[in-house]
Amino acid sequence: MKSIVKYFLIAGLSITQPAMAAIDIVITEGINSARPIAIVPFKWLGTGPKPQELANVISNDLRFSGRFNPSGAFSMPSQPSTDAEINYQQWASLGIEAMVVGTIKPYKDGRYIVGFELLDVLNANATKANGKTLQNGVLVETNSYLLDSRETVISADEFRSYSHRISDIVYEKLTGERGAFRTKIAYVLVNRDEPKFKYRLMMSDFDGFNEIMLLRSPEPLMSPTWSPDGTKIAYASFENKRQQIYIQDIYTQKRERLSSFQGINSAPKFSPDGKSLALVLSKDGNPDIYTMDLTTKKVKRITRNRAIDTEPNWSPDSKNLLFTSERGGKPQIYQVNLDSRRIRRVTFEGEMNLGASMTPKNDELVMVNRTRGKYHIAKQSLITGSLQVLTKTRLDESPSIAPNGSMIIYGTTHRGQQVLGLVSIDGRFKARLPVRDGEIKAPAWSPYIY
Amino acid sequence: MRLNKIVKGIAIAIPMFALAACNSTSTADSDTSETNQAAQQAQSVVETGAAVKALTPEEIQREALQALRKEHIVYFDFDTSSVSSQFSTLLDAHATYLRANPSAKVLVEGHADERGTPEYNIALGERRAKAVSRYLEGLGVNASQIESVSYGEEKSLDNSRTESGFAKNRRAVLVY
Repeated sequence: MKSIVKYFLIAGLSITQPAMAAIDIVITEGINSARPIAIVPFKWLGTGPKPQELANVISNDLRFSGRFNPSGAFSMPSQPSTDAEINYQQWASLGIEAMVVGTIKPYKDGRYIVGFELLDVLNANATKANGKTLQNGVLVETNSYLLDSRETVISADEFRSYSHRISDIVYEKLTGERGAFRTKIAYVLVNRDEPKFKYRLMMSDFDGFNEIMLLRSPEPLMSPTWSPDGTKIAYASFENKRQQIYIQDIYTQKRERLSSFQGINSAPKFSPDGKSLALVLSKDGNPDIYTMDLTTKKVKRITRNRAIDTEPNWSPDSKNLLFTSERGGKPQIYQVNLDSRRIRRVTFEGEMNLGASMTPKNDELVMVNRTRGKYHIAKQSLITGSLQVLTKTRLDESPSIAPNGSMIIYGTTHRGQQVLGLVSIDGRFKARLPVRDGEIKAPAWSPYIY
Repeated sequence: MRLNKIVKGIAIAIPMFALAACNSTSTADSDTSETNQAAQQAQSVVETGAAVKALTPEEIQREALQALRKEHIVYFDFDTSSVSSQFSTLLDAHATYLRANPSAKVLVEGHADERGTPEYNIALGERRAKAVSRYLEGLGVNASQIESVSYGEEKSLDNSRTESGFAKNRRAVLVY
């Protein structure tokens, strides 16, 4: 009996343990360029040990955004939990621009009240020194340095998700842009040592926690992609010894086969309006771009060319498709207007450019660039046309952009193993997300889910 | 008792006959040296002949397949799908088999190395599988006997991600 209990404990642990342990994220570049902030460990106002921490999750989130450099708890001069307890001069002298302090209080039914304050340290320091600040030419008492303050009841299993919620609030208040810390990623996990199910379609929080298996198969799985409402994932599967495209509801597990034509059925991408799916079929001879009406399931041929056309991706207005084509000799990025069918080449720099997607602001392309035989993630401005290589890792592929456009997650090779890489859109912050075992590939960042 | 010895002698002599008939060079061990002499004597007097046991069509096909399965991978250069002349003998053998066995079917799997994007590599793998399929058709194989599938970079043979590993992964595999 005891051993059975033990077994279940171990089994339970191994299920909840993330394949990509966020705590192992290796930051390879970019801490110096980020804004210094402090997320002070939350103060536990109950009895016994603190139930869980929030500050570490918030710190990690904000660090991964590449925009902030949160200080470690050990290097903090003190650990205040409210505005009144903060010696702002002390924090300002350390160069801290903003800080989060908070408390955890016991509530009924095993739940907790979590409260926090987001404070503008430099503004607060000036205010406290003068006693008043200048507003519309008049000196007034103000707490304008208090950027946000909330109190919420959460259950014991909501600490991580509420931490991500606080990260979203902090990010938005400090950058003016929406945070993407409550998003998910889907990816393919390959474990060649597995006797039966070598290929798994997985989903986790963006930081690798709360990993869930959506599908496992003895044959390859490819190209997961999210529906714009975040409830479904389309992917290519070889479960019937040929490539077919499926769509699966992440909540109900309902699966439907969308495409099973002769030859290639690959690279599905939902249109931003959710009405159709772009895909690649070779049923008419060689790989061309098609769209499928998701209501009627009818396909429409978009490109007609003897060269390889693949990797379609939508413009935010659902009116244009970017795609990779070899029609000019080597693979480069082209764009086709779905009404006029007019095609124009978009990329010219580098030996090859592949797998392009548009940033949410519609002003930059993110893609795989090959220069001097090396494959890296690059971005190209659609306004100036200038190209910037963002990564230095090896064999980079499958870039996927966060819904707020701040970060790119991509597949790369580290010491001969496929892992995920993270790079900020400005290329200044770089990190590697190691995998427990096996290989991890084809990451797809979800849209906003909340 | 005496009869028993004779029977034993014959029992040993017969296989020796067969060996001699095949011009075998195998040496017998010391225990059989006496009967060996007897066998040699017998050989000097009479000669035997043997019929070749006819293989059934199934056996012929099976043997041919076994030989083909040993040589069934065509390798490609980086980013190309043209079949190199060094694989003409290999593909000739497969074509001969498929022509001789019109009901046999072959699946040509196209594969790519891990460079470039997975989607592009699916297209490249298909192009390689089709190049091999067309080559076989050019040698008179009926198109209905050939199916192809591209696995792109998803089923690599060598995961080292070195130049030699890439070379092993850029391939088309003929599967029966």
